[in-house]
Amino acid sequence: MAGTAVRGRLTWQTATVSSVHDETPKVRTLMFEVPDWPGHLAGQHLDIRLTAEDGYQAEREYSISTAPGEPVAITVERLDDGEVSPYLSQELRPGDQIELRGPIGLYFVWDPSDGGPLMLVAGGSGIAPLRAMLRHRARLGSTIPTKLLYSSRSRADEIFRDELSRPAEGLTVIQTLTREQPPGWTGYARRVDKQMLTEVAWPAAQKPLTYVCGPTPFVEAVAAGLVALGYPPERIRTERFGATGGP
Amino acid sequence: MQPLEDNVLDGNAIGGLLIEVFGTEMTTAVGTCGSCGTARQVAELPVYPRGPGTVVRCRHCDNLLMVFVQARGVTCVDLRGLASLT
Repeated sequence: MAGTAVRGRLTWQTATVSSVHDETPKVRTLMFEVPDWPGHLAGQHLDIRLTAEDGYQAEREYSISTAPGEPVAITVERLDDGEVSPYLSQELRPGDQIELRGPIGLYFVWDPSDGGPLMLVAGGSGIAPLRAMLRHRARLGSTIPTKLLYSSRSRADEIFRDELSRPAEGLTVIQTLTREQPPGWTGYARRVDKQMLTEVAWPAAQKPLTYVCGPTPFVEAVAAGLVALGYPPERIRTERFGATGGP
Repeated sequence: MQPLEDNVLDGNAIGGLLIEVFGTEMTTAVGTCGSCGTARQVAELPVYPRGPGTVVRCRHCDNLLMVFVQARGVTCVDLRGLASLT
């Protein structure tokens, strides 16, 4: 049945790269034209499939980093020993075609009708689906009180830096730089820990709706810290993407 | 509860595979462990993607809940560790 489209099911489609934008030296946003894209929710992902000349196939899932109603984009961090990310982040050019399917996932999604206050915690390229939520919030003019705690290795590794430096109304962005800080840096300079969460996260009594995305060790540490602060586990949604060397 | 190891993913990562197998979105379905009875949404279950096949375990007791093995366009599915999936 390979290649046969079944109505109502998730099918592979051919997308065309419409633009590429380097966010950092290791991270690139790829924007696609997808002829039959059904539309996506903020936080959903898509699968990418690469096929080698000998027929070998590799599939990976990537969060969609744009808001509902915007063209589909993914934001890819290059893993030097990766099978797929070096091709996506270095080889693909506007006009190139690629196979993808989506949108996928109804768990790690947010819409203003879900309410808040919203607590977003990102490690490294885990910012991608949270950025989709922030753009969605801004496009709809939502003023739901929102905090983003964003952990990066250094200033140069901050993804969407310009966008996050101009936060929309009701959004507070708190940064931590874990490995290298610029001269005069007054923000946090360590990995996210319980003390940091105590200082920056909404009080548990406000029953925040929380989304945590990043490398697995990051998500494990943040989720455990929030539960220790009294956050109700059923209001904490998590998405892990394995090991990347850490944010 | 022990933290998950670095390379472990979660059920979000197999959303596409699950739609392929079940024909519908499954990340918000609730899987109940046949061994300890713990119920969790699929998105919250630990996923071990790099073995021979994709393995989903119980977060509480580590019981093997689901195994997916793909070869030549065919997906073999073993759900015997689940008491229910709804």
